[in-house]
Parts: sequence; C-alpha cells; structure tokens
Amino acid sequence: MNSSRRQFLTWLSVGLTGLITAAIGVPILGYLLGPLLRPVENEWRVAGKVADWRLGDTKLVKIENPASLPWAGTTAESAAWVRRTGDASFLTFSVHCTHLGCPVNWLDDAQLFLCPCHGGAYYQDGTVAAGPPPRPLFNLPWRINGENIELRTIVLPTENEPQ
Amino acid sequence: MSIWTRMYRWLDLRMDISGVWRATFLHPVPIDVNWWYVLGSATLTAFIVQVVTGVALAFAYVPSTEHAYSSLDFITRQAFLGSVVRGLHFWGATAMVVLILAHMGRVFLFGSFKFPREVSWLTGSLLLLLVLAMAFTGQLLRWDQDSFWGIVVLAEQFGKTPIIGGVLAQLTIAGQQVGGATLTRFFATHVFLIPAGIFLLIGVHLYLVVHRGISDPPQPDSVVVPNVELERYERVLATRGVPFFPDVAWRDFAASAALVLAVLLLSVAVGPPAMRTEANPTIVNTNPRPDWYFLSYFALLSLIPPEVENWVILGVPIAIGVFLFAVPLVANRGQRHWSKRPWAVAAVGVGLLAGAVLTVAGDRAPWAPNIDAVQHGALPPSVTAGLDTQQSAGATLFVRRGCWACHTVQGTGGLAGPDLTFVGDRLTSDQLTTRVLNGGRNMPAFASTLTPREVDELVAFLRTLKTKR
Repeated sequence: MNSSRRQFLTWLSVGLTGLITAAIGVPILGYLLGPLLRPVENEWRVAGKVADWRLGDTKLVKIENPASLPWAGTTAESAAWVRRTGDASFLTFSVHCTHLGCPVNWLDDAQLFLCPCHGGAYYQDGTVAAGPPPRPLFNLPWRINGENIELRTIVLPTENEPQ
Repeated sequence: MSIWTRMYRWLDLRMDISGVWRATFLHPVPIDVNWWYVLGSATLTAFIVQVVTGVALAFAYVPSTEHAYSSLDFITRQAFLGSVVRGLHFWGATAMVVLILAHMGRVFLFGSFKFPREVSWLTGSLLLLLVLAMAFTGQLLRWDQDSFWGIVVLAEQFGKTPIIGGVLAQLTIAGQQVGGATLTRFFATHVFLIPAGIFLLIGVHLYLVVHRGISDPPQPDSVVVPNVELERYERVLATRGVPFFPDVAWRDFAASAALVLAVLLLSVAVGPPAMRTEANPTIVNTNPRPDWYFLSYFALLSLIPPEVENWVILGVPIAIGVFLFAVPLVANRGQRHWSKRPWAVAAVGVGLLAGAVLTVAGDRAPWAPNIDAVQHGALPPSVTAGLDTQQSAGATLFVRRGCWACHTVQGTGGLAGPDLTFVGDRLTSDQLTTRVLNGGRNMPAFASTLTPREVDELVAFLRTLKTKR
C-alpha cells in the first residue's frame, strides 16, 4: 500500500470517528441543554385572602410553581413573605436571602428577617439591616384580584429580576 | 498435573495472565518504599467501597423528588443492614476525601510529582476534583433541607458568574426552579457521569504508576535532573529493586484492611447521618449546613467582606486549580526532599491550617443568628433572678425582640455580636440607648421597632448585666 493511500485511510478513520461522536454527541448534548430551551412562563398564583392580613402582618405564603413535573413532590410549591402595608398595598418578598439564596425567617417580635446561613438581616421593608447581603430582599410582583392577593412566581437564580 | 493447573495453563496460553501479573504485581519497586506510600492504594480501596456500597444503595433508592427521602428513610430504618450500608457509603466517602488529600500531601512533600511523573500529578488533581464533586452531589441525594438549600446556594453562586451565570445556574438545576428535574440530574451525575470519569482517570493513573514506577523515597540530597532521571531510576531498581508483590504490597493490603475495618466500625457504631427534615422549599425555619467537606468554604463565604465576595467565589477555586496544574509544570526538576523545599512545606502547612480553622469556624458558625433561641428558648435563671418589674420586662424584650439571637449572655444565645454578659460594666444607660436605637456596624437599628418605654426597659435590663450584681 503506498503512503498517500495510507494517509488517506488514516484521515478517513479519524473523520469517521468524528462522525460517530457527533452522531451520538449532538443529540445527547441537545438533550442535556434542554432546560435552557424551555423557559418557564411565570404565572399569577393566589397567595391568600386579603382579609387574612391585618395591617402590618407579615406572613409566609405557599404558591404553586409553574411547570412542575408530576413527581415534584414537596418541590411543587415555593414560599414567599407577604406584608400588608395599607388597605390595598402589600410588600412581597422572595424567601431567598440576596446573599446566597438561603431562606430568611421573619421574627415578628423583632420585626426582622434573619438568614440562618451567614447572618444576613433585613428590616420589615426588606432593606438590609446587617450581614453580608448586597441588596434588599427581592420583591415579587403582586396584585389584588377580587378578595385575593395574587403573586407572580419568580425563578432562580434570583439575580435575574422577575419579568 | 492437576485439573486446576491444566485449566490455568489453558487460560494462560490464551490470556497471558502470568505476563500481566509480572508486568503489574511483580514490577520492580525501590525496596525503601515505606508506609507513607500506602495512601494512594488506600484511596483506591475507599473508592471500591464506594462503588460497591453505592450500587447496593441504588437497589432501593428512588431518585424522584417525591420519594427520594422516604426511600432513604426505608433504607436507614427498615431495610435489613440498610443503616450499615448507608453508613459504609458515608464513612467511605469521608475516608476517601481524607485519604486523597493525604496522598496528595505525601506526593507533594516527597517531590514525587517531578519528572517523569507530572502527568500522574495532573490526573490525580483531576481525580481530587471529581472526588469533591462526588462528595457534594452525594450529599444532595439525601434530599433533606440541607440538600435542597445546598442546591439553591450552588445555583445562586453559579448565577454570579459574569455573562454565562444564568445559563450555568439553569443547567445546574435543570430549569429555573429546583424541582423534579433537578434531583434526577444530580443522581445521574453522581452515579454514572462522575464515576465514569473516575474509572477512566484511575486507569491512566495506575498505568503511569506501573509504567514509570513508584518514586523512591527522597534523601536530603535527592535532585531530579530530567536528562538523567530515567537512567538514575533504572540504577535504583537494578541495585535495590524488589517485586512490588508481596515485598512492598503487603503494607498496602494491611493499610486497606485497617481502613475498611475502621469504616465498618464507624458504620456500625456511629452509623450514617441522621435523617433530618425532608427537602421543602416552603419550610423556611431551617438551618442549612454542608457536610464537613465544604464547611471551610461555607465559612469562607461568611468571613470575607461582601465587596470582594464575587471575586472569592470565582477566584478561590480558580486559584487552587491553577496552583495544582502549574506545580508539576513549573517545579518538575530540582530538589525533592522536603528539608530543601521550605516553600512546599509552608504551602502544605498554611493549607492545612487554613482548612482546619475554616472548618471549625464553619461548624460553629458564630455569624449565624440563633433563631431557635429567640423563638423557643428562655434566659437562664441566673440572669433573670432578682430583677424588678422594669428590668424583667426588659429581659423578655431582650429575647423576644431578637437581641439574644446575636448576643451571648452567660454562654447562651447567639455569637454574631459582642458578648453582653458584663455589658453593664462597659456602657452607661445613654450609650446603651444610642446603640439600641441606631444599631452599629453590623447590628440593625431598633428605633422603629421599640417604643421609648420598651427601650428604657431593655436598657434597664442590660445595666444589670455586671460582674457584681
């Protein structure tokens, strides 16, 4: 066999290996990147009845996640903090600390949100009171619909402001 | 000739078993190889324990967000020997992380990574990375609150990467919320993807050990000169080489046996980590903590100033990665003995010290508020005894208004703020009032939360906290 023929067959084999890799690799890669191609549509969810909040009350509400999978179990829901500040005005907060995403707790007597991970603290209006958080708690879009207050879901990472 | 001998001959003629045996188990190694050299094989043994126990756990574990926790609960409480198998997997993981770090330290201090073993170091560094990835993903599969919030924190950290942060975070959690698709992704990564990489790299690593031989323990005058190193090593083997098995390998078997017995003992005596609360995004009353492997990083994220945090989150892993990959390329020649490499000793010393200090800090987490105390606790009687009505009201406010979450009094409460056990000796009523109303460097202001009367009550109580009452 002459050497140019050998060289051709070598490159042919290398090329075919590439083809095999691409034939399997491209669909698999696309499949794994799938989550990027399915953006979640944020939806309005009922958080509770407006009448359940007295002025100044801050309560944890559960809202159903958009596009949960059937086997999501406990992760089918998210939580949010809702504070009533007037007749028809509310403050709504994501439970995720703006530092690294741990869940903040509301201490009603202290009127503070405290984060258990690195000690972030926020005032009742969500502004930073102490600790490492770089910015106030994230707000969720809200509206009053009839007798209910409704929240719009938000997604991770919380750096992305809700649409 | 017995039937067994004939069967062996038949196979050997076709499979060359004796040839493979000679090339691997009987390959010559320096006779002075000592106990420090068992750490690598012990790491391999720990990995085998992980594979076997992991496969066993997968027989019952259900990788679905709905059932993962209850299937693990079944394994832990009901399955025959399930708790022991889980314990083996947990303590085996601990052993593997400790051993791979120890092995790496040994190789570094002995200068064994120098020519011609640079690629052994590089594959080892990748193995360390994969082992840590296993430790992290494994902890997530427990699907308790630590797992859930660990994933959230991971996604938030990836989200801080410039430009591609959002995409990276979405790929990590398989979508835009931690849910059904997240756990299966981590499960497949933990049981298929990373182990496949580990098998491959161990193959290369072991091939190199056999092909380039085990480095002889360095003497104070050992110097690597790449041009002559291969010849020098040949001479070492010619003058003081012995077959690896059993002359040297018996120590590996002894160390591995001790390791496995220790892991078994811990699995039976201590057992796996206790089952905690199931993962639940709507239960915010939780105290998420990573397993011990990542407590140091957890602590680092709390102790650095917030302004530089994004740089640290990205920079520390990159710096460690660059260090590990640069070491064998930059320092592949010259002195091998630790006594001639003070910077190498210092690097290991500083690394160990920093890791230990940060791990202890992460375990204590003094920066975290003691939320449980202010919600369910009560001040010790020695603090509240003998208080008048106003002071007593102040003591109640001290707990209820959250002061106690961050301040210690007589060893109780939180550790984030100054210890107030004797604050009455240090500050006057006016100073205390100012501090409570305005807050401080890292303390919330309570001016809008407390009425003037409550402030007086609180200050009256704080003034009672003195050495002499």
